[in-house]
Parts: sequence; structure tokens; C-alpha cells
Amino acid sequence: MNTQSVIDMPTYEALKEAMGADYIVEVIQVYFEETPQLLSNLREALEKQDCETFRRAAHSIKSTSNSFGALNFGAEARELEMLGREGKLEGAASKVNALEADYLVVKQALEQLSHA
Amino acid sequence: MPSSSPGRLLVVDDNKVNRLLLGRSLEQQGHSIEMAENGRLALEMLHSKPFDLVLLDIEMPEMDGYQVLDKVTSDLKLRDIPIIMTSSLEGLDSVVKCIEMGAEDYLIKPVNPVLLKARIGASLEKKRLRDQQRELIKKFATSEVATDLETSGFSLGGKFVEATVMFSDIRSFTTIAESQTPAETIELLNTYYTLMFEAISDEGGVVNQMVGDGLMSIFGAPLAQPNHCDHAVEAALDMMDMIQLLNADRLAQGKSEIRIGIGIASGQVIAGYTGTIRRATYTCVGDTVNLAARLESHTKVVGKPILIDGATQAALTGTIKTDPEGIYQLKGKTVEVQVFSVPVNQKG
Repeated sequence: MNTQSVIDMPTYEALKEAMGADYIVEVIQVYFEETPQLLSNLREALEKQDCETFRRAAHSIKSTSNSFGALNFGAEARELEMLGREGKLEGAASKVNALEADYLVVKQALEQLSHA
Repeated sequence: MPSSSPGRLLVVDDNKVNRLLLGRSLEQQGHSIEMAENGRLALEMLHSKPFDLVLLDIEMPEMDGYQVLDKVTSDLKLRDIPIIMTSSLEGLDSVVKCIEMGAEDYLIKPVNPVLLKARIGASLEKKRLRDQQRELIKKFATSEVATDLETSGFSLGGKFVEATVMFSDIRSFTTIAESQTPAETIELLNTYYTLMFEAISDEGGVVNQMVGDGLMSIFGAPLAQPNHCDHAVEAALDMMDMIQLLNADRLAQGKSEIRIGIGIASGQVIAGYTGTIRRATYTCVGDTVNLAARLESHTKVVGKPILIDGATQAALTGTIKTDPEGIYQLKGKTVEVQVFSVPVNQKG
């Protein structure tokens, strides 16, 4: 994932403007608490071939990530959501790996922004 | 601005980040917020305290948004609470499904705060209007009609019913209004309405139209009423008694008397709630309604205050006296109608 485009700045700024700078930091902390859990749900569901849980976890990651402007990351999660919906988890393992790696990039970018 | 009036809102979302973001936006708009993390909890909260609006996510464990929406819209106590769905589900299918199930609106997540504010404002305003209308219905309709409205849920379908329709009107009201102050006119109208409503509702009738000094009332609908013809004519006689009392009072104050005309007709009417799903009134239409209106107008020609049609007269079961006024070709009617007058002051 191209680090230059990790966070869509207009989306992030609009959210910051709407929520207030202090509040957005709090919500980002919650995002950091929740997302690893969702990623582990995703991996577990993949191992069990549980398409519904897989789809739901990916859906949730997509939804919150898009809120902060992590649009590319959200799009990756969306792809997995679609695979879950179609019941095609065979080729999903590499995409889950990529998502886990990219989460760290998103996390770093959001940490920087929220401390800016 | 309606959108600035605060409301009590419930935010339902299994995702904490989404709850915090939505909740914050709404608090900043001045609303008081409570949150639930799944559908089951949301329903418990809705049953335990009043809310003005619900923001409801679709994808949730335990009980999803569709299930909650279904429960709320089929619950008599809850179904007037507007529900705005919030979802990041893609495609029109879920939007269409929610609107068909009775959701007020649908917002795609992430929700734009400006759009959120506008939609919430509009929904709260609509709810306020509905609440007001419910109060009005309680004020201006019998409890039976209010109950019928609550249970039928403003279903707009019409049906044929046998009923008696009454039109009443103050004679020369414009002249009266011109001879006194506006405040006196409003006071007169209020007194008049109070007296007429009492006479009509005491006999089980429902006032469903008020236009200026004119009233349209229905007996036998929306709830079936045995002997609705009797009740309508009894109500008319009571109305005349009330007007005499009012006039005695007015004469004592040096004011002019008022006179009213009443037309009554019975038969089949098409009854139902007309309007839109959001704003409906119970009404009746059809030849019987038109005939009652014509008879009311015809009282001026005959010079007698209460006129009824042959169908009403034939159905009277009590001891009410009537006088035949012959057969008239009423204005706007192709068939001739038998007309009877009902003498006033015949009740002991």
C-alpha cells in the first residue's frame, strides 16, 4: 500500500472539524482497541471457513476505517467482505495477510495525525 | 429552525467507533443521546423510556437492524418513533427493503454530519407534527376514533359503510362576524364548537370536518353504531336546545341571536382515512354526504332548522316526530328526494 495515500486528508480533516480535535483522538484510541480484535475474528473465521463471521468482521473494518479516511485500507476490507458474501474464502488467505500488514501502516499514520 | 430543536435519540450500532462518531455528531447538535450495542438491548431501552428517534445499524449480532425495525413498526406503542437506518451495506436492495419495512430514512455510513443534521431535523419535525396531530385527534374525536386510528395505523384503504351524515352551519355568520370584534367572533365560535361537539359526541357522533362555522359529523363510522339515524337526529335536537341556551345568554348581554341549520342523510358512504400516510384524516365521501350538505343548505329555503332525508326518517325507531316537507329536486342531484323536517323543542 502506498503510504502517501494511507489516509485521505480531506475526509480526515472534515471528521476532525466535525468531532473536535480532542474527541477524534479518543475515538482513534477506540479504533486501535477494536480493530485488532476484528482482524483476529477475520482470521479465525477464515480458518473455520465461517463465511458469515468473516463477512461481518470485514464489513465492520471497512466501515470504521472509511470514517477516518483510511479509504484504501477500507477498500481492501471491502474486497474481503465481498468474498465472504460470495462464500469464496479459498483465495482469501493472502488478502487477510495483506490486510493485517496494512493495518500497521494505517495505525502509524493515524497515530502521527492524532498527535499532530 | 426545526433542526435545532433537541430530541431524545437512541443510537444502535454494534461497532463502538461508529457509536462514538454518530453520538458525538448528535450531541453537538444539542440532542440527548443513549446508545445500544445490539438490537435486543435497543428494544429493551425503547420499551423502558421514551425516545424521539432511533438511528439503527443493520449489521448487528443477536438481533439485526431488520429484526428491530420489524418489531418496532409492528408495535403499537413504538411504531410512531421514526427510525433512520445507518449502514455501510452496498446496493439499493437494503435501502428499498428498509423503506418498505417502514424506516423513515436511510443514511450511508460514514455519515456526513451536515446531511445527518438535516435528516434528523426533518424526522424530528415530522414526529412533532404527528404527536400534535394525535393530541388533536384526542381533542376533536371520540375516544373510539382515536383508538381506531391507533389500531388501524392510518391505513388509507376506504370501505363502504352504512352511516348517517350531518352538516350544520351558522346562518348569516358573516353578518354576525361583521357586527362584532374579532375577539368576540372567536369567542362565539369557541362556545359554539364546545356546545356542538358535546351534543354530537354525547350521541356517539364524530366531528370530522370543521370549516369556519360549518361542521360535518358522522354517526355509525368509523365504528359501527346501532340506530345511528336516531342518534344523529337526537344530536340535532340537542344542538338546537344548546343554541337556545346560548341565545338566551347572548340576548341578556344585548347581543344578537344566532341561528343554525342542520341537514341529515343516511345511507352508504365510502369511509376511510384520506391524505398521506403521514397526515391523514378520517372522512366519508359519496352521495349520502352530498345529500346531507344539500339538505343543510335547503333549510334556508324551507325555513325550518332541521331537515332529514327519507332514508333517515324511515329508519327512526323512537318517538321522534317528523313532518313531511314533500319531494324536492335538490340542487346538483338527479333523483328526487323525500324531505322531512324535525320540529324542535319536542323533547321533554
